[in-house]
Parts: sequence; C-alpha cells; structure tokens
Amino acid sequence: MTQVLERRPVRATPVSPAARTARRRALLEWIGVHSLGVAATLFFVLPFVFVFLTSLMSDAQALSRDLLPHPWEWGNYAKVFHTPGFLTWWRNTLLYAGLGTVLTVLSSLPVAYALAKFRFRGRNLSLMLVISMMMLPPQVIIIPMYLFWAKQLGLSGTLWPLIVPMAFGDAFSVFLLRQFLMTIPDEYVDAAKVDGCGDLRTLLRVVVPMARPGIAAVALFQFFYAWNDYFGPQIYASENPGAWTLSYGLESFKGAHHTDWNLTMTATVLVMAPVILVFFFAQKAFVEGVTLTGVKG
Amino acid sequence: MAAVTLAAKRRRAALRTAAFLSPWLIGFAVFFAYPLLSTVYFSFMRYDGFVPPTWSGGKNWTYVFAHYPLFWPALRNTLWLVVVMVSLRVVFGLGIGLLITRIKTGAGVFRTLFYLPYLAPPVAATMAFAFLLNPGTGPVDSILEGLGLPAPGWFNDPDWSKPALTLLALWGIGDLMVIFMAALLDVPTEQYEAAELDGASALQRFRWVTLPNIAPIVMFAVVTGVIQTMQYYTQPLIAGKVASGVIQGAGTQFQPGYPDKSTLTLPQLVYNLGFQTFDYGSACVVALVLFVLSMAFTALLMRRRGGLIQAGD
Repeated sequence: MTQVLERRPVRATPVSPAARTARRRALLEWIGVHSLGVAATLFFVLPFVFVFLTSLMSDAQALSRDLLPHPWEWGNYAKVFHTPGFLTWWRNTLLYAGLGTVLTVLSSLPVAYALAKFRFRGRNLSLMLVISMMMLPPQVIIIPMYLFWAKQLGLSGTLWPLIVPMAFGDAFSVFLLRQFLMTIPDEYVDAAKVDGCGDLRTLLRVVVPMARPGIAAVALFQFFYAWNDYFGPQIYASENPGAWTLSYGLESFKGAHHTDWNLTMTATVLVMAPVILVFFFAQKAFVEGVTLTGVKG
Repeated sequence: MAAVTLAAKRRRAALRTAAFLSPWLIGFAVFFAYPLLSTVYFSFMRYDGFVPPTWSGGKNWTYVFAHYPLFWPALRNTLWLVVVMVSLRVVFGLGIGLLITRIKTGAGVFRTLFYLPYLAPPVAATMAFAFLLNPGTGPVDSILEGLGLPAPGWFNDPDWSKPALTLLALWGIGDLMVIFMAALLDVPTEQYEAAELDGASALQRFRWVTLPNIAPIVMFAVVTGVIQTMQYYTQPLIAGKVASGVIQGAGTQFQPGYPDKSTLTLPQLVYNLGFQTFDYGSACVVALVLFVLSMAFTALLMRRRGGLIQAGD
C-alpha cells in the first residue's frame, strides 16, 4: 500500500499543498516504520548483548544487577576452553556435522534428481512418503531405532547411529533439492541426453553446476541441524562423555560449574558464534533455502 | 521384435530409476517402515530391554490413557502451545514481515538482525533465556522491577513457563519472517493501486488485498507450526532442567515438565517412559499418538485440492 505512495515520482517544484501533505505523510510514515524497526531490533538483539556481556563478568557479578562487566573478565573464554571435554565436544560436533553433511548431499542428490526429472509410476507416492518422513517427529521411531543401534549393533556411546543414516537420503534434503531441481528447465537435461550423456553424467555435468545454490542451502541446513541436534546425542551418546557434542555438553556445563552463569554464558556464546559466522558467509544460500521450502523446525 | 526392445527399454528405465532412488529406498525401509511397524508391535508388548518381550494386549494403551499421570498434562500443554504459541508466532511473523517490507533505509541490516535469533542453537538459546528470565537476578526482571512492574517467575512458575517459552519462540521468528516477506512482495501492486483509487484505507487494503493474497502462506505457516509443536522437545526440556537446577550428571532425578508438569510435551514422554522407566511398550503407545497427530496435519498440508505442498508438479 505505501510502496505505491512512494513509488510516485516526487517533484520538488512547484510545491502544491497536496504534494506537501503527501510528502509530510511519507516522512511521518518513514519515522513511524523506522522507530518500530528500532524497537524490534532491541527485542532481537538485546538478548545477544546481555549474554555476551554476562560472559565477560565474574560469577558474583553475573548474579548482580550490573549490566556492564567490571572488570572485563576475558579470561572466562580461556577457562571454558580448558574445561575438561570441551575440545572433545568441538571435535565430535565437527565430525557429526561435517561428515553428516557430506553424506547427506551425496545420498540425497540422486534421489531428488529422480523425483524431479524422471517419469515413473509411483513418483507422486514417493514424494508424499518423503514429505511424511520429513514431518515425522524423531521420537516416534526412537525405541526400535535405539534397540537396533544399541542392542543389535552395540554402537551406543558413539555418534555412528546419527551419522550412518545420513548416507541414506535425508527426507528434508531430498525435498528441498527436488524443489530446486524442478526450477531447472527440462530442456537442459534433454539437450545433454541428445549429446549422448548418460543419466549420471547429466546429473554431474549439467544439473549439479546449475543446482549449486540448492546444494549449498541443503548443506547449510544439514550442518546446522547436526550442530543443533540435542535429542540424537542425548539418546546415543549420553552414556559416553567422549562422544558428546557441543549442544549436548553445553547443558552439563552449568552443572560442572555449580551454576556459574558467567561461564555458562561464555560457553553459550562459543556454541552460538560458529553458526552465526557461517551464516554471514552464506546468507544468500540460506535465505533462498528457507523461501524454497518454508520448513525446518 | 519392436515389442521386445520396448520392454527392454522400459526395464532399463525402471532399473535406472531404482538405482537413483536406492539410497532413499534403503533409508525408507530401514529408518522409517521397519521402525514404524516395530513401534506398533512393541506397543502391544511388555518390554524393558532386558527380559524378552511378552504379549500384553492393550495393557500399555490403558496404562497411558488412563493411569500414566503425565499423558494428559502433556497433551493439554501441546494444545496450549498450538493455540497460543503458534497463533502468536504467525501474527508476529506477519507483523515483522510487513514491517520489513516497509523499511526503506538499512533494510538489509534490519533483516539480518531480525533473522539472527532463528539461527541460535536451541540449547544455547534456551540457556540464554533461562539466564535472561532468571527470577530475581535476571536482566529482564531487573528491568521490570526498575520500571515498577511485577516481575514474574518465568521458567520457575507453572503459570509463566509456557509464556516464557512463547517469548523464546517469538524471538526466533526469522523463518516465518522470510516466508511472509516473500509472500508480501508477491502481491500484485496493481491491486493496491486499484484499491487506493477506490479510496480504501490502509486497513481496508490489508484486509481486502493483502490477506486474500497471502492466505495460503498463512495456512502453511499455521499447519507447519502445529507440526513443529508436536515435535517441540529441546526447548521445554532444557528450560525445565535449568530452572529446576537439575543438570545431567548431578545425580538427582529430574521432575519431568518442571515446574509442575507445565513444560511437558509428548516427545518428552517417549523419552521419559522409554529411557528413564524402561517401559518401552508404553513409550511406543505415546510415540504412536504422536505419529497419528503429526500425520493428520501433514495430510492437511498435502491435500490434493487446495493442498499447500503440490505433490504432482
């Protein structure tokens, strides 16, 4: 509605009374909208600011009403890194997120390609099953899955029960990639076939280069998923602190430090920071992925 | 002769399709179909993981529905979250979407800042809010008291724990903001111009132009919001644990849903029954309730006519 107002060319001269009221209204609107924007910014940013400031306080000060650290305890960050296990959690998280992401992309891409570009009976049914798998709460199947991994394969206390399934096509990634591949015109695929490319070569040489933004979005989502996952490590890794991830270990932090809020917030910052850094480097791919599917809890 | 080559060609095409789908076909069988059937099987079994499972008929089902003291509170909480949290998230997400499409100066910076909280890992975000909303000493209560306002007990008060979780969910509105932003920018400008020529006020334009155009996206946000609420696990669990002061490894048993069952959700019951009381059979009953509820809303999402995700291109 207001875009309309402002898209009209604004003439500086001569200033008719009507134009003047229109301009005043536009200015008022600008002030109103941007004040709301600043207010919303406070709501979204202040929690980060408070957490960061507390991460630099002494433990006594974290429980006081002070807003600014005094003195600034930069040593908190060194202390957290020296907490037993913290570096192991980092290594495990990178393993889970990194290996999991590579496996997910490799296994989901051919599936998504078949669902987007092949014509076969049962295609719609397959897609509906993919969506159902995507919407399935992980807790629904956790009892048999746990019995399978822990009792039959003896793999509890490791992250393998979380990493191995990613080699078998993650439903969300298949769906997102399929949505992306649908936007690639069939003509490119057909042209490659006419030139004598087999299906695999068409996928690798023609489709993959065009689908790079979609693949980047899937990789990012999967990386974040593994980074954030709490339930998976809780089920499979909890019994062995050597297999804990950051998201899982973070919670124990408060216990290990006898509810020291300052160090707990230092650790919180260290868990949040990598995700936010990755986002700044890959913002475009990420936002594109969100608009494409609109889901991911 | 021609028929043979055609059949061979078809067979090759089918083989090719199967080859490309194979990772998912295996995944579907091993990580979806088998465990789902197995969950149904265990729901009729008495099984603690040590003594071999024995048939128990409908006992697990009657236990969960009639005697398990946490089931109905968890379902009530889920209903509360669906009604309050989901609708507030949709309204707030739409509001922030509207705001961001109107911001002319520094739009990119605002958008990034509004989006960031969505990325905060759930455990970290919940810990942060547990600190911010810590009764008495947390910054939020300090500010409220400074302003002479009542300072709630948030995660430590059964009446305030779900509103506190809602606040956390509103903070991470980034996903809905992006979806609504895209939808709002897709509304044809001519319709606004026509409405304006007809003398429609800003509110009328929103009601008669904006809303009808973005209605499918609003529906999408509501339905996926409900599905996400069914899966709501990490935030209420961590909030309850941190607020109660019971942390893993501390030795004491965590009272599920602290304070006073107010943060219990169905997925937490599966964990509680399966991995704390080792009643796998009853855990599978709750899992199936969760399954039926999630799939009912997923079906709503995929309905052929007027479905929100079009299965057939």
